[in-house]
Amino acid sequence: MKADVPPSGPPLVELKEISKRYGDLLANDGIDLSIEPGEIHALLGENGAGKSTLVKILYGVIEPSAGEIRWQGRPVAIGSPVEARTLGIGMVFQHFSLFDELTVAENIAVALSGEWSLATVRGKLGEISRTYGLALDADRAVWTLSAGERQRIEIVRCLLQKPRLLILDEPTSVLTPQEAEHLFLTLDRLSAEGCSILYISHKLEEVRRLCRRATILRAGRVVATIDPRASSAREIAALMVGNEVGEIRADAPHHPQGEMLKISQLSMPPAGLHGQALTGINLVARAGEVVGIAGIAGNGQTELFAALSGERLAERPDAVVIAGKPAGTLGIDARRRLSAAFVPEERLGHAAAPTHRLSENTLISHAATEVSRTGFILANAAKRLARTIIQSFDVRTPEGDPQARKLSGGNLQKFVIGREIIRKPRLLVVDQPTWGVDAGAARLIRQALVDLARDGSAVVVVSQDLDELFEVADRMAVIHQGTMSPLKPIGEWTKEAVGLEMLGVAQAQGGAHAV
Amino acid sequence: MTTFEAILLTIVTASTPLLIAAMGELVTERSGVLNLGVEGMMAMGAACSFAAAVTFDSTLLGVAAGMLAGTLMAALFALLVLGFAANQTGSGLALTIFGLGLSGLIGAPFVGARRDPVAPVDIPVLSDIPMIGRLFFEQDLFVYASIVLTVLVGLYLTRTRSGLTLRSIGENHTSANALGLPVRRVRFFAILFGGACAGLAGAYLALVYTRFWSPGMTAGRGWIALALVVFAAWRPGWALVGAYIFGAATVLQLHAQAAQFGVPSQLLSAVPYLATILALLLLSIRHGRAIGAPGSLGAPFVPDR
Repeated sequence: MKADVPPSGPPLVELKEISKRYGDLLANDGIDLSIEPGEIHALLGENGAGKSTLVKILYGVIEPSAGEIRWQGRPVAIGSPVEARTLGIGMVFQHFSLFDELTVAENIAVALSGEWSLATVRGKLGEISRTYGLALDADRAVWTLSAGERQRIEIVRCLLQKPRLLILDEPTSVLTPQEAEHLFLTLDRLSAEGCSILYISHKLEEVRRLCRRATILRAGRVVATIDPRASSAREIAALMVGNEVGEIRADAPHHPQGEMLKISQLSMPPAGLHGQALTGINLVARAGEVVGIAGIAGNGQTELFAALSGERLAERPDAVVIAGKPAGTLGIDARRRLSAAFVPEERLGHAAAPTHRLSENTLISHAATEVSRTGFILANAAKRLARTIIQSFDVRTPEGDPQARKLSGGNLQKFVIGREIIRKPRLLVVDQPTWGVDAGAARLIRQALVDLARDGSAVVVVSQDLDELFEVADRMAVIHQGTMSPLKPIGEWTKEAVGLEMLGVAQAQGGAHAV
Repeated sequence: MTTFEAILLTIVTASTPLLIAAMGELVTERSGVLNLGVEGMMAMGAACSFAAAVTFDSTLLGVAAGMLAGTLMAALFALLVLGFAANQTGSGLALTIFGLGLSGLIGAPFVGARRDPVAPVDIPVLSDIPMIGRLFFEQDLFVYASIVLTVLVGLYLTRTRSGLTLRSIGENHTSANALGLPVRRVRFFAILFGGACAGLAGAYLALVYTRFWSPGMTAGRGWIALALVVFAAWRPGWALVGAYIFGAATVLQLHAQAAQFGVPSQLLSAVPYLATILALLLLSIRHGRAIGAPGSLGAPFVPDR
């Protein structure tokens, strides 16, 4: 069925007056939503707007407190994900539902219904990988993979089940522009084949590229159902956030000076069997500038971050020089004392301890400073610090000092970045600052990074989101298979050139502008 | 029969109950449940099997009763940790204390009774091979069963769909639930399997190893089985190696004590533990990456609905 033809039958799925209550919190409040066969329908909203709750209800993971779901006109109760899959609903989760110790093939097999053997799964996996350009090694254990690679598993796992309705939660956040375009073609094709798609994204341009209808949620309610092509990105963002979205403001000309970070000829063997080695990386970040590092997931970003933060040590002290001091063989705390700060990619588990309160989480990077003395925690100082971070960075919390895991992704990210920025570090290294974060929070985080640089610090942003890098970075380099492209002012890069560097074709073809 | 042969035979007898109990616990733990009640389930298996075997004069009925007792104990544990999402460590310790006590009560009338040895399975010709003949081809049925059990558990975990489901659930029960895998059902059967194995191990102790009942006769073997699972990094093959190293060290240190080398006997008694830890440690170092426990091990599962 073509998307242009008005559907004659009932919608594929219809949600009527769906509500979900958690104690005092109304996560979903009387939500109406209908999806036609073959339609790509966008679901937009900030983190905490109720999108995740809604799709979990649709996928049978949680039970609605009230309301009705109709599938092809008939009322259904979706009691479990198995029932959802039996109906033909597939889902790519935002927080991956993967098993770290199992291999890629096993992770896919475990979700399949019907008869299969690992050999046939491996065969199908290869087929889907080729068709949709989602490269995956069937026999690698998931714990060795980057976030981007993990997401590919989720997508392939769904496509293998030939769903009637595919729910995708932020599917492109870790893809290159080329990969994303490839995915859009896939989605267009699935849509033309009659498969409906519920597409959750914070990237408005994507939604406008793909969808004819978008439902916008704010604070658990539907605020509008619109045609995203008929509205500007700014209008849509305003509906989502509830107030006008401003551009990132960078104060006019500035003159970066003083090398806060100098990486010279940094090489490192891969950490695990499947890690990426770093070879001869050179990079300089000066006080007052934001340096962006682009690249596809799994090309050495994780290793580079570990080498910068001191989670892994270099062989030579002068491989990493922070604020003029050779720091290559120093540990994390020693580097922090040189006034460096680090925000890793995984906010829950790496940047923050999930079951610890926010005040206790300040200790992770402030241990050597004001919140502890001679080994004892200064609980009041920690609480004060947490409160300051919460206020300065607009962190929305369910209670005064909640456990880290109780925060939505965007709010926790604001907290962990705020925790580092509030120390006024002279060097900040941050890995995927706005991954899976809503538009409002992303804007605040980017503004904070730019402001920090304008105040005279050096900021290194590792990101797979090119729009983000073009927005915040003064200079940018691309990492590909553990090697770094030349660092060039942002004005000298085009998206195409970056995309080609990401794929490693730029050097091979002898020029960034070759196609 | 030479002394050497006799020693080898005792090693096999000492290792078999450890192996059987460890296999059961390994499957339970792979599903993400830590059952510290192995010692208690084993004691109940021993008491009930001995009581049934003496009462009905049947080894077969004894074994069945032992396995049933272990399974019932495990069902009680499952009710606590799955039904009420109770703390697994606490529930398991309680199960051990409860099992040790109750087994004393059940076994009390049978103190002093004896059972005849269980006849070994004699494989003709092969068992006549010098030295190793009797070791490999003239053992009781339990010994062969324990080896087959190890192989089956290994194949089950790595080669079958149901085994993959079980491992997934043990690795991450939240993801497994989101994918629609039956977390609690799988764990229920894994716990029951663990109980049946512990019961069988207890039956072996009472009916083959000692052939009498005395309170507390499990003597910490349940705990050793638990430790074996950890040091074997949740792998059936390594658990087999570990069980036999432990069994061998136990028997050899007894002989060493008898020979009076002038080493304090308490030190020699510690040798099996040290040897087992050392051997399995070496195995896991050779493997490269330190292998972690199943991701959800010990965490109570409460579905998010």
